[in-house]
Amino acid sequence: MTVNMTKGQAISLQKNDGTGLTAVRMGLGWQAAPRRGLFGSRTREIDLDASAVLFADKQPVDVVFFRHLVSDDGSVRHTGDNLVGGVGQGGDDEAILVDLARVPVHIDQIVFTVNSFTGQTFQEVQNAFCRLVDETNGQELARYTLAGGGQYTAQIMAKVHRSGSGWTLTALGTPTNGRTFQDLMPAILPHL
Amino acid sequence: MAAELVRGQNHPLSQVRLEIRVAAGKPVVAAATLGDEHGRIHGVEWVAHPGTPTLPGLEVSKQAAADHRLAVDLGAMPEAVHRVSVLLSLPLGGDGPARFGAVAAPFVAVTGLDGTEVASYTITGLDAESAVVALELYRRQGAWKVRAVGQGYAGGLAELLTDQGLPQAPHLAGSINEAVAQGLARSVAAPPPRTPDADRTRQTATPALGPDASGSTTQGAPGAVAPQPPTSPYGAQGAVTPPSGYPAEPAPTQPAAPTTGVPIDYSHPRRQSGAPPAPAPTVPPAPPGQPAQPVAGDATGWSMEERLYNQVWGMFEDLARTMAAYRSAVDFADSRMEKELDQALSDPRSRIGGQGDAAREAAQAKHAQLVDQARAALDRDLAQLTAESEVVEPALPPAFAGWDNPVWHGYRVPMEIPMALRLGDLHLPESPELRIPMLVRLPLERGLWIDSGDESLDGSSADSHELRRLALDTAVAHAARLLAVYPAGEFAVHVIDPAGSAAQALVPLVHTGVLAAPPAVGAAGVTDVLTRLTQRVDLVQMAVRGGAADSLPPGLDTAEQLLIVNDFPHGFDDRAVTQLRYLADEGPSVGVHLMMVADREDAAGYGPLLDPLWRSLMRLTPLPDDHLADPWVGHAWTYEPALVPPGSQVLRQVLTEVATARTKYR
Repeated sequence: MTVNMTKGQAISLQKNDGTGLTAVRMGLGWQAAPRRGLFGSRTREIDLDASAVLFADKQPVDVVFFRHLVSDDGSVRHTGDNLVGGVGQGGDDEAILVDLARVPVHIDQIVFTVNSFTGQTFQEVQNAFCRLVDETNGQELARYTLAGGGQYTAQIMAKVHRSGSGWTLTALGTPTNGRTFQDLMPAILPHL
Repeated sequence: MAAELVRGQNHPLSQVRLEIRVAAGKPVVAAATLGDEHGRIHGVEWVAHPGTPTLPGLEVSKQAAADHRLAVDLGAMPEAVHRVSVLLSLPLGGDGPARFGAVAAPFVAVTGLDGTEVASYTITGLDAESAVVALELYRRQGAWKVRAVGQGYAGGLAELLTDQGLPQAPHLAGSINEAVAQGLARSVAAPPPRTPDADRTRQTATPALGPDASGSTTQGAPGAVAPQPPTSPYGAQGAVTPPSGYPAEPAPTQPAAPTTGVPIDYSHPRRQSGAPPAPAPTVPPAPPGQPAQPVAGDATGWSMEERLYNQVWGMFEDLARTMAAYRSAVDFADSRMEKELDQALSDPRSRIGGQGDAAREAAQAKHAQLVDQARAALDRDLAQLTAESEVVEPALPPAFAGWDNPVWHGYRVPMEIPMALRLGDLHLPESPELRIPMLVRLPLERGLWIDSGDESLDGSSADSHELRRLALDTAVAHAARLLAVYPAGEFAVHVIDPAGSAAQALVPLVHTGVLAAPPAVGAAGVTDVLTRLTQRVDLVQMAVRGGAADSLPPGLDTAEQLLIVNDFPHGFDDRAVTQLRYLADEGPSVGVHLMMVADREDAAGYGPLLDPLWRSLMRLTPLPDDHLADPWVGHAWTYEPALVPPGSQVLRQVLTEVATARTKYR
């Protein structure tokens, strides 16, 4: 069962039987929107990048993105940069795996962001989504669609944060602008 | 979308590797004939049947069964083959039905390897026939197609084969029926032994070391017939000879590919290294709430050796990252406490009354709590890694094992070069008891430098004489290990010892006679050895660059060469130094390696001239030293060389074995 999340909604990552999730995958998929008008065949490739920023007490401590694919502690792994999207035709083009049990104890929030590295706005992106999958059984926990992209080049998708002994996922869905996660820092901070 | 064919209809095939599944309700015999472009069968060797179940690109069951899976690789068919006919026939004798009219309509399907149906056909309208051509795969303008045929023969296989133009048809039909009758008599047969080709292949070195490592391949495929010892035309089926030099092996490993029903073997019949790897040891399910019990070889790889290698590297990375998590958490706790204390102090209100103390205590409590949590997480991970290390270490082959490992006492000269060599152990200060084997790939990519300078870890500048002796012992241990893990005669060790100061340490190498030549002494000896090795590098490089590797002089020793250099730079003239630098730079690519036992200070007179030399060598120390960094987070790891336990005879035993093997080899 998938929860289609709306902006600001939070779900607990506690399993039904009360045990916490151990590993989740944040998947990002997209396709380039078809161009209207002449020369439609001149497809333009769109490079979206997924990043995860690890925070401890509102300070960024580590970041996982296409130039640093594994967090220093090994708990967060990026599966690799995808420059064009649409390979899976609905599957994940980029994914970030989080081994929640191994996240260092001082990390209390992990924020997932999406940037358009090539600079196209989300208007030119089609079928973009971000989803959270339970990595142990492949079940989709939550899906957030990048609907109504608008004139933005980045989006702060969601965050997982500690609550009690487990983790909670909150959909953020804040549009902003930036080429890489560094540009987004000012926009991320209010959400912590 | 699967196409349901009717009689006579054809359908294109997009894949060349296919399975043909047959479901008949009652046991039937499945066979296949190959035809040339005129549909002619050239002889009995163009028929795959239970007596001869494998042909290139084609494999049928060895028994009559209600369900069959025929493996077809159209890409592997000989060029001359233009048609493959799939035949079904009812087995003669026994109490089965004698005509297809008495059984349910047979169903045949062409599927991909993943089981997706491409085309299917139900053979209806059969009555008195006891043999039928079910399908035909045929080449049409370079592409393969399938056609539903459904041509039945009341005269059975003999009539069918005669109709296909095979002169020896009655004879062949008889032998097929005989093979089937035999197959029916043997209801359950043992799985076939793996066909070993040469014992130099990697995959034979896969002892199953896990608790229930082997035997996981007996899967019951649907409709599978019991596999028989293959009577295939390929491969001698001798006894599996366990490779030497590997830890005690249980029974010969089971075949990796499930042999039930679909024994598709796409490997080259004579090239066994392409065979699938032996099954990985399965991890027993963990009791709930506890981490899984570690198992040696629990990593990817084609052989146990590769799996262990990958597992060791996995442990290395896990330890590095776990420690990074712990250190970053503690650092964070420290910096947070500092900040909070600063705040408490700078707030003027806190100076009055107990507020400041309270804030300080709170900050310290927060710090302690976070550090405790981090320590708990670290301890949990360390416990898991320690448990893994405890099962992995005893399972390591000699090349990966410490000298104290019992595997060295059962040492035998290996038949092939191992993947990697253990140069020592690595550990981190937080967990000194958890040691990760430091494995480097073979052949060596860089020379080694055993540093006899006194920069030991604890700063106590040990007696430099003692250090030199330790460095030499370390060098001998490494050289002996290299000699031992290479096959007989494939590794040669030269020693340059101008002043003869290493004579004592070199005794194990000299007395067992494993050196290529006695240690070279004096300036003349140095020049001689260096010149010979330099010439060798020149020659081999020239041959390789000129693409004429086979034109090397016949007397050239093809073994890898290791040159141990002691007492550098004493006894070295400028020319010798240049040659040494040349060897360090160019040697590794043509199998000439350096092992310098030197103190950099001794050569300080050369100034920066020698910096590239030292940089090009991998520095190892005779005493524990934290000069090595991991590739992931860059911790400083304490390296401890792999040394022979004091008083142990293992080095001498191993070297004697090496020397004996070498004389035999010659």
